[in-house]
Amino acid sequence: MTLELSIQYLMAGITYGSIYAIVAIGFNIIYNTTGIINFAQGEFVMFGGMIAITLLNFMPLPLAIFLAVVITMFIGALIEICFIRWLKSPSVLRMIIITIGISILSREVAVHIWGESIRSLPYFVGNEITSIPILGARISPQVMWVVLVSALMVVCLGLFFKTTSVGREMRACASNRKAATLCGINTRNMVTLSFVLSAGIGALAGCIMSPITYSQYDMGTGLAIKGFTVAILGGLGSSGGAVVAGLLLGVIEAFSVSVVPLAFQDAISIAILLGILFIRPQGLFGSKEAAGLKEY
Amino acid sequence: MKKLLSILPLLVVVIGVHLLTSATDTMYYLTQMTMSAYYSLLIIGLCVLMGYAGQISLGHAGFFAIGGYLSAALTTRSLIPYQDTLPVKLLDSAGFLLAGQDLYGDSLLVVTPWAACILAVVTAALIAVAIGIPVLKLKGHYLAMATLGFGIIIYRVVLASEYFGEADGISEVPAFVLLPGLSVSGNFGDRVQNYYIAWGLLLIGMVLLLNLMDSRVGRALRGIHGSEEAADAMGVNTARFKLQTFVLSAVFAAIAGVFLTHYNGGIGPSEAGVMKSVRYVAIVAVGGMANLWGALLMGIVLNFLSLRGSFGSYDDAVFGLILILIMLFAPNGILSINVRYRLGQLLGRNKQDREGEM
Repeated sequence: MTLELSIQYLMAGITYGSIYAIVAIGFNIIYNTTGIINFAQGEFVMFGGMIAITLLNFMPLPLAIFLAVVITMFIGALIEICFIRWLKSPSVLRMIIITIGISILSREVAVHIWGESIRSLPYFVGNEITSIPILGARISPQVMWVVLVSALMVVCLGLFFKTTSVGREMRACASNRKAATLCGINTRNMVTLSFVLSAGIGALAGCIMSPITYSQYDMGTGLAIKGFTVAILGGLGSSGGAVVAGLLLGVIEAFSVSVVPLAFQDAISIAILLGILFIRPQGLFGSKEAAGLKEY
Repeated sequence: MKKLLSILPLLVVVIGVHLLTSATDTMYYLTQMTMSAYYSLLIIGLCVLMGYAGQISLGHAGFFAIGGYLSAALTTRSLIPYQDTLPVKLLDSAGFLLAGQDLYGDSLLVVTPWAACILAVVTAALIAVAIGIPVLKLKGHYLAMATLGFGIIIYRVVLASEYFGEADGISEVPAFVLLPGLSVSGNFGDRVQNYYIAWGLLLIGMVLLLNLMDSRVGRALRGIHGSEEAADAMGVNTARFKLQTFVLSAVFAAIAGVFLTHYNGGIGPSEAGVMKSVRYVAIVAVGGMANLWGALLMGIVLNFLSLRGSFGSYDDAVFGLILILIMLFAPNGILSINVRYRLGQLLGRNKQDREGEM
């Protein structure tokens, strides 16, 4: 394998890896405040891309993306308020089944609105054949967009959780919901907010990836599985871990293309998921002691 | 014996449906009833795993596909190119091979349906053991995702391998002659016979599971569902019981796959899809989780409606909606809804919260 080819694969891996990391962070935000894995996380990404593509008919690209993110956030809030907010301490099995139902319903809504065709947003800068040469490899400017926006999202989320009072309230809710309630934090609103937030970042990811990976009504399940793999790999609930694990999975997947047929690419990440669940369910960076206290 | 008696009303209904359709000249319903019965066989197996043992599986379409695809491939794909290899010779000397001709008159050497059925079911059971040992150590979300992952891997494999026909699946699957004169096939003339084969199989499965749930094993499983730690402390070998149930439900799924494939004369990759697994889970949930009769009833009703095309292009949407509504409003199944109580609650007379744990 030549150096150029390696760099090409590496950049492809980083692109996909950033997306996986964002989806995983979406999982983490909701998991942290509610203890729920939202199986419909991938559908937020799909909605973001699809809505932006539709809106593009009426307005310029930046506005379309902005509105798509806002609308998806609204959908996220609606889902939480309709299906989750009023349940009293539901069992895990029940929550799993409800979020799976939401995922199916979202997908069906999408297929009846947009049909089964594959769509995409235009490239933000240039077109399909514009490229920037890096060390002999040719990289599309959209890749830069994906990587930069993802990095920006991670930094902004970090700042949000560390510095703002709402962010701190959300973290308090994550570490101990009862105690947070006693401190006067409206934990129910925090849960809604976590859905809004993760819907928003999912939608933004859906928009920036759309020119490269295309958008289709059924893209959610695959993304959810990979996002979950990354979330587990990085340790459930840890954003830093998700970024590292996301990039790792993306790169592994990209390089695996040269070894196994493309059709089995999904199977590789799932095999990694199963492997990590069996061997280190606390993730690559989780500690053994902390894992002993948790149930997997 | 009691269990056998409880099956009797169902037997009467089965015969009644046959007589009713033949009297009203609507025998074509029997085709969907037959297919529903096979799907229900899978569903009652899953019901034991989910409802009684409390272990969710989002990969049961995978086991169904293993059964269906293996028996389809073994009974249609010619072994002539491998004639001199050891496994084929062994099969041949055991009398498991069948020479014949395909549509174009080329000679064909395939495995007999009986041998293929046994091979397929045993393979499914072995895979269930191999997957079950690590997977069943997980709980909750982790278990759901791991089984979902298993299902997707099976789906990818059948979609990507030429041996399993890729996106086209396998067609021209021959009839499965159970006994001379009794065969599982989609032939028009065999419709009534197949209806009884399917329901006979389902009834046998039902009696088996009802008895099992009423035995030591059933009590152990309910103990595991209630609290795994408590069951463990009482001396129940939780890991073994969970694995046995997982394998049992996988075997039910594989048998359903084998029979339905022979009945339909083919199988396609959609049978292995994630949506199918979710649908089975939805039906078990609607039936009330730990309720074999509920699962059986809902399995028949919902599959029948779906196969008749009652839901149109909203087929998957209907199952998604059912899943959400049941889990939100009646986590103990549709049969558990106490209409009078609900009405009273709506009228504001009874505010007491009865929504217990699922």
